[in-house]
Amino acid sequence: MLTESEPHYRQPLLKTPFHERARVLSQLDSFIPWSGYTTVDVFTSVEQEYFAIRNASSLYDLTPMVKYRIAGIDALRFLNRLTTRDLGKLGPGRVAYTVWCDDEGHLIDDGTVFCLGANEYRLCTAERQLDWFRASAIGFDVEIREVTEEIAALAVQGPTSCKLLKTIGVQGVENLKPFEHGTFAMPQSSRPPVSLLVSRTGFTGDLGYELWMSPADAEPVWDALMEVGRTRAVRPIGSRALNIARIEAGFLLPRMEFVSAAHTLYLGTERSPLELGLAWLVDFGKGHFNGRRALLAEAARGPRHQLVGLDVAGQKPAHNALLYTARSGHKQAGSVTSATWSPTCKRNIALAMVDAAHSAIGSTLWADIYLNRELVWERRMVVARVVERPFFAPARRRATPPADF
Amino acid sequence: MSATGGTRYDSIVVGGGHNGLVCAAYLARSGRSVLVLEAASQVGGAAVTREFAPGFKVSACAHLLHLMPPALMRELDLETLGLRLAAADLPSTALASDGAHLLLGAGASAALGAHSPADAGAYADWQSLLSRLATALHPVLSATPPRLGTEAWRDQAALLALGWRLRRLGRSELRELLRIGGMCVHDLLEDRFRLPLLKGALALDAVLGTNYGPRSPGTVLTLLYRAAAAPGAARLAQPLGGLGALSQALARAAVSAGAEIRTDAVVERIVVREDHVAGVRLASGEEITSQTVVSSADPKTTFLRLLGCEHLDAGFVRRVSQLRSRGLTAKLHLALTQLPEFAGLTGAALRGRLLVAPSSDYIERAYSHAKYNEFSSAPILEVTIPTLTDPALAPRGRHVMSVIVQYAPYVLAAGWAGQRQRFADLIIDNLARYAPGLRDCVSASELLTPPDIEREFRISGGHWHHAELALDQFFMVRPVPGATQYRSPLPGLFLCGAGCHPGGGVMGLAGRNAAQALIREAA
Repeated sequence: MLTESEPHYRQPLLKTPFHERARVLSQLDSFIPWSGYTTVDVFTSVEQEYFAIRNASSLYDLTPMVKYRIAGIDALRFLNRLTTRDLGKLGPGRVAYTVWCDDEGHLIDDGTVFCLGANEYRLCTAERQLDWFRASAIGFDVEIREVTEEIAALAVQGPTSCKLLKTIGVQGVENLKPFEHGTFAMPQSSRPPVSLLVSRTGFTGDLGYELWMSPADAEPVWDALMEVGRTRAVRPIGSRALNIARIEAGFLLPRMEFVSAAHTLYLGTERSPLELGLAWLVDFGKGHFNGRRALLAEAARGPRHQLVGLDVAGQKPAHNALLYTARSGHKQAGSVTSATWSPTCKRNIALAMVDAAHSAIGSTLWADIYLNRELVWERRMVVARVVERPFFAPARRRATPPADF
Repeated sequence: MSATGGTRYDSIVVGGGHNGLVCAAYLARSGRSVLVLEAASQVGGAAVTREFAPGFKVSACAHLLHLMPPALMRELDLETLGLRLAAADLPSTALASDGAHLLLGAGASAALGAHSPADAGAYADWQSLLSRLATALHPVLSATPPRLGTEAWRDQAALLALGWRLRRLGRSELRELLRIGGMCVHDLLEDRFRLPLLKGALALDAVLGTNYGPRSPGTVLTLLYRAAAAPGAARLAQPLGGLGALSQALARAAVSAGAEIRTDAVVERIVVREDHVAGVRLASGEEITSQTVVSSADPKTTFLRLLGCEHLDAGFVRRVSQLRSRGLTAKLHLALTQLPEFAGLTGAALRGRLLVAPSSDYIERAYSHAKYNEFSSAPILEVTIPTLTDPALAPRGRHVMSVIVQYAPYVLAAGWAGQRQRFADLIIDNLARYAPGLRDCVSASELLTPPDIEREFRISGGHWHHAELALDQFFMVRPVPGATQYRSPLPGLFLCGAGCHPGGGVMGLAGRNAAQALIREAA
């Protein structure tokens, strides 16, 4: 908790309710800051952690995810004016992924909205933006409160994640469909059961759940999962392993695929949801929302840029590579935003922001990759083909009930 | 009342103040069917004459006509439509407690010479410079400001014309304009004049109706604004029948051009369909259809109340809600059983403006109170006695005194409810220094504080100009980015009130510019 005595920038990063457990298991002691908290980058090895996501189950501490409670008689009207989707269709027990824009239709952030009941929602976002929410609340009878520190959050992701939760006693979780949430009880031997809000959501593109609980319950839940996971290859994972999975799933990461319009300094570096391939989230028919008029104008003239998936030749990830229209490298067509070797797809994949003219599936671009081979830098111009996203989308991510291992 | 009226109008003008009426008149002249909806029982807005005590009438808010350009009055043929002036070219007198008053206006230099020959020359120089600057700047006020960074030829042409007009001032005057443009009026006056009484009177004109003291930046701008509104006009006039008579003439101009005017018609909501204006809904529930609504209400009322935030983007709403629009100006009306005697003043001077602002420091001190949400213990006053030129405003032999008072903050720390009488007494006591018998002449009084002005004239904040006249709320960015050039973010909704360029005062240019912008847009 922050204290009054020191300004926040002099205080050490906050520790999540899972921190003591994570610290013990963090072999590399590799922590990174995330929204004011310290969190694990890598526990043991990126590869091991990645394969826990795809072949067993992984635990990822997402407590630093910024959470807002939005309540009041205008809560729905407020959210519908704030974000691009029609949340009128979102009933209690449902979660929606959505984005929000400034007046110019430039993306500020993305996040998930939980409908907790009549006139009550939870909005989870990557970054704090109370200022923008306050501006958006002028004229609306709505109460907005940041509840990040009041809720501990743990992602349980992987093909065995449903089984894992059932094994610790979370009964009925197998009936949750994607983007549904519900309240469940986890029994404890000598204490009353833990109340968990479980949502079938995640950032891996795999079967998985996110558990939301009181900070006091964080350690018992972690302990229960690790205990039954001992024989099931369950691992805590850090942000690096998760990043590989999210690129395979084609998900956007703020500061990678886009810079929030609240932070851009240079003109023209803002991105719109249409450019980021999120047109499916923009509901022009629901009435006015922030940026609607600007987005309509953009839709009419066509977006300038487009986020695409790339299949890059060779095995070397095209980190930060510039993309050209031809091997000659005369005319730039864009640049790579995120790149990785995909261990599951066995492909060299990347997300890239390219000029709209080169965004059609099948377009051929050339990636200019710089390689450090034992301190000897080499440059490779390799073919990068625009392909469908996501790169990896297993049927199990949608199956209800999931397979019972 | 029926849900949808039988008649459809090309345009609905919300608010029958002078800008609304001017706008309606020009729109009707262009062949449009126009309906003006006024919430009060008579048109005029803040340019209105009404009774404040039995038998005593007064121009309830604005009380002098001096800003409306003669060209506009000619175009609308106001004289033919019955507008008569009770008096024109009224002088201003800076009151001195020792009776050595200073007469300003026609022949002022000669009068000044008796006090200070140096100031007489300086005053003549300043008046001549001000007049040339005013002539150069007037076209800026009487046209839609250009927008920067657009491809539109009209914006580029307007920018070029602005540059050319300023260039034509000549090197030394352009230099002087740029030097003084952002200054505070106190420094300007210190540079040019010696007599504190003269500096006080000139500073009063710069700060009247604003949230400034003479040492606030931007007060030369407000002085230039005042001068540029109607250069060469017969300054300081009293319409016969008060300012309400001007509004009546404007209403006749609108009606004779074909516009329809409804009073007691309170607009409650601007109706939106498919992200386009569809009309208005009245408090009575009646809905009137139109594809174009022009609002002369202030920006906060128009956007936040009548339209509603849900039709606007959040950044825009934030800009509108942060618009500085709190008034600091009050109005005191006195019913007088007889004309009080002002020591050392003759009849001619009494018919004009009497100014209580003995020095620039006096004004600054008065302003200091307002910064801390107190009213001035020694306020500055602009006094007129309209019954001297227009006796019909009061019963025979009686008089009306109309006083503009600064500074009276919108939010008074002690609360206005318990302080009204104290403030009114304080004003009368201050005036009694110059007219010792005043208190015994007062048979009734009425004080309008900024919250009263807000309520009676439906101006949120009760500010004369709807939005403070300040560089960051002026010209190209008035009232806020996103609502310039009389447009709004919502297709079909336009603005024509004092919150738009150029601003308030009974000038009418916002109304005319808005009508012209709208007519151009349709062409």
